[in-house]
Amino acid sequence: MMRGSLGAAAGLAGTAALVGGESQDGSGRPAPAGEADRAYREQGEYEPGGGPHSHDSSGTVGDVDTSQFDPMKFLEEFDYGQVSTLPDGRTLREYAVVALDKEIEIAPGVYFPAWTYNGQVPGPTFRATAGDLMRVNFSNAGSHPHTIHFHGVHPAGMDGVFEIVEPGESFVYEFEAAPWGCHLYHCHTLPLKRHVHKGLYGAFIVDPPEGRPPAREMVMVMNGFSTEFNGENTFYAVNTVAFHHAKPEYHIKVKAGELQRIYLVNLTEFDLINSFHLHAEMFRLYRTGTSMETFELTDTVMLCQGERAVLEFQYDTPGLYMFHAHQAEFAELGWMGFFEVMEE
Amino acid sequence: MAGEIEALERTAGGRGPLFWIFGLLPLVLLAGLLALFAKVGPAGIFEAAFPPIEELTIERIYFTEDGIGVEVVNGGPEEVTIAQVTVDEALWQFTAEPDAVLGRLDRATLSIPYPWSEGEPHAVALISANGVIFEKVAEVAALSPVPDGRYFATFTLLGVYVGVIPVLMGLLWYPFLRRLTDRWLNFFLSFTVGLLLFLGVDAVDESLDFAGEVAPALQGVALVAAGMVLAFLAVSAVDRSRKVVAGAAGASTLVLVYSIAVGIGLHNLGEGLAIGAAYTSGSIALGTMLVVGFAAHNTTEGLAIAAPLARMGGRVSGLVKHLLAAGLIAGAPAILGTWLGGFAFSPVWSTLFLAIGAGAIFQVVWQITRMMGRKPEGSVFAMLNAVGVALGILVMYGTGLLLVS
Repeated sequence: MMRGSLGAAAGLAGTAALVGGESQDGSGRPAPAGEADRAYREQGEYEPGGGPHSHDSSGTVGDVDTSQFDPMKFLEEFDYGQVSTLPDGRTLREYAVVALDKEIEIAPGVYFPAWTYNGQVPGPTFRATAGDLMRVNFSNAGSHPHTIHFHGVHPAGMDGVFEIVEPGESFVYEFEAAPWGCHLYHCHTLPLKRHVHKGLYGAFIVDPPEGRPPAREMVMVMNGFSTEFNGENTFYAVNTVAFHHAKPEYHIKVKAGELQRIYLVNLTEFDLINSFHLHAEMFRLYRTGTSMETFELTDTVMLCQGERAVLEFQYDTPGLYMFHAHQAEFAELGWMGFFEVMEE
Repeated sequence: MAGEIEALERTAGGRGPLFWIFGLLPLVLLAGLLALFAKVGPAGIFEAAFPPIEELTIERIYFTEDGIGVEVVNGGPEEVTIAQVTVDEALWQFTAEPDAVLGRLDRATLSIPYPWSEGEPHAVALISANGVIFEKVAEVAALSPVPDGRYFATFTLLGVYVGVIPVLMGLLWYPFLRRLTDRWLNFFLSFTVGLLLFLGVDAVDESLDFAGEVAPALQGVALVAAGMVLAFLAVSAVDRSRKVVAGAAGASTLVLVYSIAVGIGLHNLGEGLAIGAAYTSGSIALGTMLVVGFAAHNTTEGLAIAAPLARMGGRVSGLVKHLLAAGLIAGAPAILGTWLGGFAFSPVWSTLFLAIGAGAIFQVVWQITRMMGRKPEGSVFAMLNAVGVALGILVMYGTGLLLVS
């Protein structure tokens, strides 16, 4: 095809009328988020411009089945394990983890044949305090061999690299939670790329013994899915579901003046990096969360695969604030959401 | 031996119940075999956890003031659900009419409120429930015409300019051809053979091009073959029945002339499709080159109609009437083509029309060579005639060069 003279094109096309006006959705599918957004605007809550350039005409159509996996719940859900005290006075935390093959919904109506820890992607957010003894009872009910490789400090035999757990078998990982910070875990079976991309990963938070300052805490695992398995991600998100927190009913509600803390982990496969950008506010960036003294004040952070950070910020003025990957491509393929800041 | 033949003859004469039983038995057995295969067949071992084979074909992308429209057909064996849509790698809202769930051979029109940029390419991708991606790129975005009066008038004018006028101009060679000796008339008929051969091959080429865009279930290449063979058969059968009824050489020649006109007409329909589609897809320069090129090209098509008429001399009454009618049959489909190409481009119909045109053209080539070839000097392989064929091909090639933009 050849690029023609556009002047002539415009002349020829100049009088064309609209085709059919607004299309009616006769499909019986859930109402697109755009409509919900419009209704929301009509309540006078916020008023960005409408039309095709506004953010309510982009995004996904419909909703995921949150009874299967609820990103809103996952956001603030931490697995502290079964807690008991050891004879030496230390805290023992026992976790049950099962590897399962499961089809998950990664965008409304789009299903992905995942490999999961406990039937969800990301896997549960394990949380312990530095010095606690972690005992992770892992059994493999999937169709492929798997392991759990924790980041952090532990003996070689607990690293989840050499002790491949075949389907039907199990393994107990036991190590002291250390050092405190924001960590992660993932399967380390070969082919590695496939095992990670299929969904075997999650966040692992180790709290300092004295704790962190009180805050509203969230975990955000940046991930992506290549639905055609061609090494190119079709969807991006935090916590799996593309554009979930961009929909008005799933905006993340935030109290003005309250300290917000995000445990941010990058487990995006195929793309070298991912990033987090906060609108209209700056956050304190604690890289890997391993220090509370050293931080950087910024509104954008870039993380390599496996890198993570703790972010702290607060909003003082009510309104809608966007957050997203600062790779526009990732943002437009699902990695975007809103904080909805409300009066205290 | 004799007994066997007798037996066969007796059997051939009988139309008892056995006749029907033997006629239908293989069909009944086949139905039984298929049912058995579907129920307990060896295909069972292949039924692993594979996702179903999904196959969507985007037939057309068009641009409106509200956004982007997409016409899609499910040409695969399984039902397909369009779960999400991206434009240029950005997830976007869409509505599907009548439904985003497409059964086999179902069609849907998607409306995407995307702020497209004039003159730039846009890639639309449909993502199925299983994450399979079907993509098509619109090379140059431009507001698509809607069937209003102004556009109809514009496209009609284009069609007249490309099809009708050049063909009628070519027919003006008729008096010149009438005054030629048999030897030179054969030369011009051979020239016509060359022209038509080129057009026929050209039509097959374009038909195959469109066939590549046809949904797999609609079997584009098979459509090309079917269209050509059916057109060849249809024109031949009409020709033969006319001969039987009329028994006159004059009537037969007239049939030949109209066959040529129909063949060229279908070919010109294809040209119209190309022009309409080019203007619609924003390729104005391409569209303009197509108009100029096709106009030059089509003038020689008038010659192709006039030459056989000249061959049969003045034995036909109302000659001017026939010339005009044949000219219109050959030229006017270009108008229809521009409409179809401009407003409702469909790869299926484009494939079929062009294939029918090709079949009709090849049939006509065969007819002309038979008409010429009754005497040795009338053979297309006689030196002068062979030169004529070659020249015809070269002229078409030359005017075709005008089309390369």
